[in-house]
Amino acid sequence: MSRSVIPFGPQHPVLPEPLHLKLVMEDEKIVEAIPAIGYVHRGLEKLTEVKEYTQNVFVVERICGICSFMHAMAYCQGIESLMEIQIPDRARYLRVIWAELHRIHSHLLWLGLLADAFGFESLFMQVWRNREKVMDIMEETAGSRVIISTNAIGGTRRDISKDMLLKIRVIVDEIKEDMKQLEPVFFNDYTVKHRLVGVGVLTSEDAYSLGAVGPMARASGISQDLRTTGYAAYGELDFEPVVEKDGDSYARTMVRLKEVYQSVSLIKQAIANIPEGEISVPVKGNPNGEVIARVEQPRGEVLYYLKGNGTKNLERLRVRTPTFANIPTLLKMLPGSQLADVPVLILTIDPCISCTER
Amino acid sequence: MGIINKSRIKSPWVIHYDCTSCNGCDIETLACLTPLYDVERFGIINVGNPKHADVLVVTGSVNKRNVRVLMNIYNQMPEPKAVVAVGACACTGGIFKECYNVLGGVDNVLPVDVYVPGCCPRPEAIIDGIVLAMAKMEEKAKDMKNTSDKATELKPGDEKKSAG
Repeated sequence: MSRSVIPFGPQHPVLPEPLHLKLVMEDEKIVEAIPAIGYVHRGLEKLTEVKEYTQNVFVVERICGICSFMHAMAYCQGIESLMEIQIPDRARYLRVIWAELHRIHSHLLWLGLLADAFGFESLFMQVWRNREKVMDIMEETAGSRVIISTNAIGGTRRDISKDMLLKIRVIVDEIKEDMKQLEPVFFNDYTVKHRLVGVGVLTSEDAYSLGAVGPMARASGISQDLRTTGYAAYGELDFEPVVEKDGDSYARTMVRLKEVYQSVSLIKQAIANIPEGEISVPVKGNPNGEVIARVEQPRGEVLYYLKGNGTKNLERLRVRTPTFANIPTLLKMLPGSQLADVPVLILTIDPCISCTER
Repeated sequence: MGIINKSRIKSPWVIHYDCTSCNGCDIETLACLTPLYDVERFGIINVGNPKHADVLVVTGSVNKRNVRVLMNIYNQMPEPKAVVAVGACACTGGIFKECYNVLGGVDNVLPVDVYVPGCCPRPEAIIDGIVLAMAKMEEKAKDMKNTSDKATELKPGDEKKSAG
């Protein structure tokens, strides 16, 4: 049978981001997928060598706007361990609260985009309506909706007042209630299941050998969640990684939806346990030496390699983002699938191109 | 052209292209479509096809690779058209200005009609930017009407002829 090549992207309605795939087709079936990247490459790793290490917090936040807080968190934790700074306990809890809020908003964003990808627009609207509550909390606590810039080396830049903490606890409960109402549509609806169950199956062995991270790995039965290593205040909170066995798009949807509930529980625990006190410590001197910092982002594990040379500029900053680790699984899932499933398959890895290309 | 231009003033269809944005402005642009902000009440719809679009919403600064894609999208849009640069990066290059792969703001390659500053701009600001672009489109449509041939203008009852 003759083959044809269909370009997917860089401008495509299903993804707001410019992901470009060349799909080699035989009839309606995909034979090969060739990714072409570079549409969002800015050269941020080079920029961090020009800026001072304290300014870099703002640069790494703009690697990705969706998980901006976690990027800054990984960077700050790396610099703090390099300079042996002990941050106050309250700052560790504040970081958990903001990080989990970011996880909720990222997962709700993904659930909405997935609903849009399989053509269920009212579900997309409902999920995003729910997401606005998180954005309101962000704005009220940090003054900005998306890039909140509350992380700083040595702690956090802002505090959350007691009243606000109580209010957050009520709002996250509302989010959970709303998602409980939408949950049956994702889990039981006939058409939704038809588009998700058995689509893009990734076995546990494949997920492991291809190096999948985050919800991709957890949906294939690999219990891997960096939060269990206990960075920030996660070591003092009670949670279990959400794991599913099936490894298809449906399992990945379940993992992400259940992680929303998990984040709600983590936020409530953090609010219950948060100690009083300072939110930051003064930072003196310059980083020297090298360190690796890892943080669990909504999409999976992000790895920061930092190398300081005793000056205010870093010698090298290298980021390995979760989407970069998950793209091989996408290229494994695409061959053999139908053209109509491509939007769902691409969304199912929760691609963040601006993270990947920096 | 008359009736098409007139109806377009009230409901601009938007195409969104992410140049090298960090996603912050993109999710705020998408948030405009969702129930809290709901731009559809102004007749604004996000379309995927540049040939259906009136307003090009660009987020992020231009780099060496995506400049060709951006020009392609712009050139495929029918006249009259407007360009809205959303976010600090699209306006001037923003925090990415010093990066080696970044050419700077969108106005380096396209004529920008409305600048929406902010990192990230709030959805209200983005909606306001698109509404301002609507006014610009109206002016552009008038200019086009004045310069175009009077004989091709529509008269009442002629709509069918130009509909195709």
